[in-house]
Amino acid sequence: MILKDILLQLSVRSVRLHFLRSVLAALGIVIGVVAIAAMGMMGANMTLSVTGELSQMANNLVVTAYTGGGGFMGFGGGGGPPGSGSGGSQSREEQMITQDQFRNIRDIAGSYGTVYYVYSQSDSIETSDQWGRATIYGLDPDIFAEVLELEEGDYPKSTTTVVIGPRIAERFGLEPGSKLVIGDSDEGSTATVRVVGILKEKGMSMDLNTDSAIVGSEKLYTGIYGGEGEYRQVNIVLDDVDNVDTVKEEILAELNDRDDEVTVQDSSSMLESITSVLGTITTFVMGIAGVSLVVAAVSIFNVMMMSVTERVREIGILRSIGTQRNDVRRMFLYEAGILGIVGGVIGAVASLLIGYIVVLGMVGTTEFFFTWQSLWYIPFAMAIGIGICIISGVYPAWQASSLDPIEALRAE
Amino acid sequence: MQAKSRPVITLDRVTKVYPLQSGDVTALNKISLSINEGEFVAIMGPSGSGKSTLLNQIGCLDVPTSGTLTLAGREVGAMNDRELTDLRLTTIGYIFQKFNLIPLLTAYENVEYPYLMKHRKNDDTGHVRHLLDQLGIDEALSAHKPPQLSGGQQQRVAIARALVNDPAILLCDEPTGNLDSQTGIQIMEVLAQLNRRGRTIIMVTHERDIAAYAERTITIRDGRVA
Ligand SMILES: Nc1ncnc2c1ncn2[C@@H]1O[C@H](COP(=O)(O)OP(=O)(O)O)[C@@H](O)[C@H]1O
Ligand SMILES: [Mg+2]
Repeated sequence: MILKDILLQLSVRSVRLHFLRSVLAALGIVIGVVAIAAMGMMGANMTLSVTGELSQMANNLVVTAYTGGGGFMGFGGGGGPPGSGSGGSQSREEQMITQDQFRNIRDIAGSYGTVYYVYSQSDSIETSDQWGRATIYGLDPDIFAEVLELEEGDYPKSTTTVVIGPRIAERFGLEPGSKLVIGDSDEGSTATVRVVGILKEKGMSMDLNTDSAIVGSEKLYTGIYGGEGEYRQVNIVLDDVDNVDTVKEEILAELNDRDDEVTVQDSSSMLESITSVLGTITTFVMGIAGVSLVVAAVSIFNVMMMSVTERVREIGILRSIGTQRNDVRRMFLYEAGILGIVGGVIGAVASLLIGYIVVLGMVGTTEFFFTWQSLWYIPFAMAIGIGICIISGVYPAWQASSLDPIEALRAE
Repeated sequence: MQAKSRPVITLDRVTKVYPLQSGDVTALNKISLSINEGEFVAIMGPSGSGKSTLLNQIGCLDVPTSGTLTLAGREVGAMNDRELTDLRLTTIGYIFQKFNLIPLLTAYENVEYPYLMKHRKNDDTGHVRHLLDQLGIDEALSAHKPPQLSGGQQQRVAIARALVNDPAILLCDEPTGNLDSQTGIQIMEVLAQLNRRGRTIIMVTHERDIAAYAERTITIRDGRVA
């Protein structure tokens, strides 16, 4: 409508007349929009990159003993295996997969892919000059080559040799040939082992988190902790990802026939819990970023009040020659909207740049930056910025529209 | 000249009281008067006597505290803000001492503004241009913003603006008060000519020779017709 044009014209000219002031007020919106968009994009890119990593494991199934609850897997990138988070005092009384159960699972799933059992434990380790904790895995030596990828060195061929994850190697300064002690002599048996290989960096995973773990043979493991034939978990690597549901259902049907004995997890259940955690974190961080918009709202409010005060006489003229209250109100809302759009657009452009840098720094990859799940946060933040501006303009606009025409005309 | 029989403005015991902390100020005290269509009336009186207050009531910028004010057959006292604003837009043209043009708009836009508000579309009939031409504001001057125009030019633009919606009544509050006497006379000639063409004009002034342009003078003293 053309009418909007003349009121819009007035708003545009008023903003232009106070250019510097308007720019400064819009700057607050720019910062708020950039903060929200960058945080949102960071969260989205984290989620997408985790999803990408996990989708490479879509053919993995993990069977653990049924513990009553939903059996959700904790997520700690490169941390301990399921159930090991509680520290060192866990062991025998915890629910384990038995040898019989393992054979059952292997009978069912063996024809679909590789099935192997995993012993694991979190324990203290010691090198000549350092002390720390790590996850200790015990595996069937025949399976090493199939499930572990070496960066350098060899697979362990005896009960006194191990391979270690790249992060633990870095942290303790270990390399093939280094020695270390597993276990705490005050608490139980210990073993001195020699590192023969360093594993490839693997990132987060659901079957084996080897990046900060020590992997040895089954004999090495049971030599220290006992518990032969009691497995923490059974991993299944399927040849065909399409068989995930079939295998899962067959195992559950067979083993959970009478009692719930086992829990079978696939990557989708893990993905779900990670996505939900990341979602919560993203929302929280965006909320903090949103505080900057509150500050911006105050400065927009301030500028709008100034504008109303300066234009009291003009409002009186407009009203006296027949401008309705709601038209006056709209004129000031346009003004707030213009500040919002200017701030929002500049903010959007800046978000693209700053968001890219933040994602690169915090997520480590910009592989997913130009996807709509990530870029979506730019229009989202922009809309919030513009919305905040208009809301900040509501009271000043209302005040302008309720001025008495005669009083307003008297203003100098 | 047409027959001036039909009253276009009727005031019946119109009172305006401003409630102040220091005591109520009675700016208008039971004023009754009637103005016919096509009349040119001057309102005179000392400063503070209530002239502007009276004009503001007639101009629907304000409503009386008591009494009835009828404008073109419609009783104003019961109207809400929306209706009063609409009357100001369509039925009344206001000319102020201080011109009261909108500084952010060009002369042309100032004149077109009430047209836009009324018709909700731009003037494509040449009406605005024609009015400005009649008042001696050419195309080049029309493109200027008010502060770039002289006082006389500004008042001519203001008159064009007041006329753009073809109002029944033209109200002028000291229209020459901010002009030198030569320019003031020119403006009065314009108003007199408008009246000769049938426009009802009510003008507040405290200058006798300005009031002489009107055919009737109402004198106000302490809020009463003297
Ligand atoms: N808004 C107002 N509030 C209080 N008093 C007012 C107001 N407007 C006018 N008055 C008072 O009413 C009286 C008449 O004022 P006004 O109509 O402006 O006089 P004039 O135009 O004749 O000089 C004066 O005493 C003035 O102080
Ligand atoms: Mg006055």
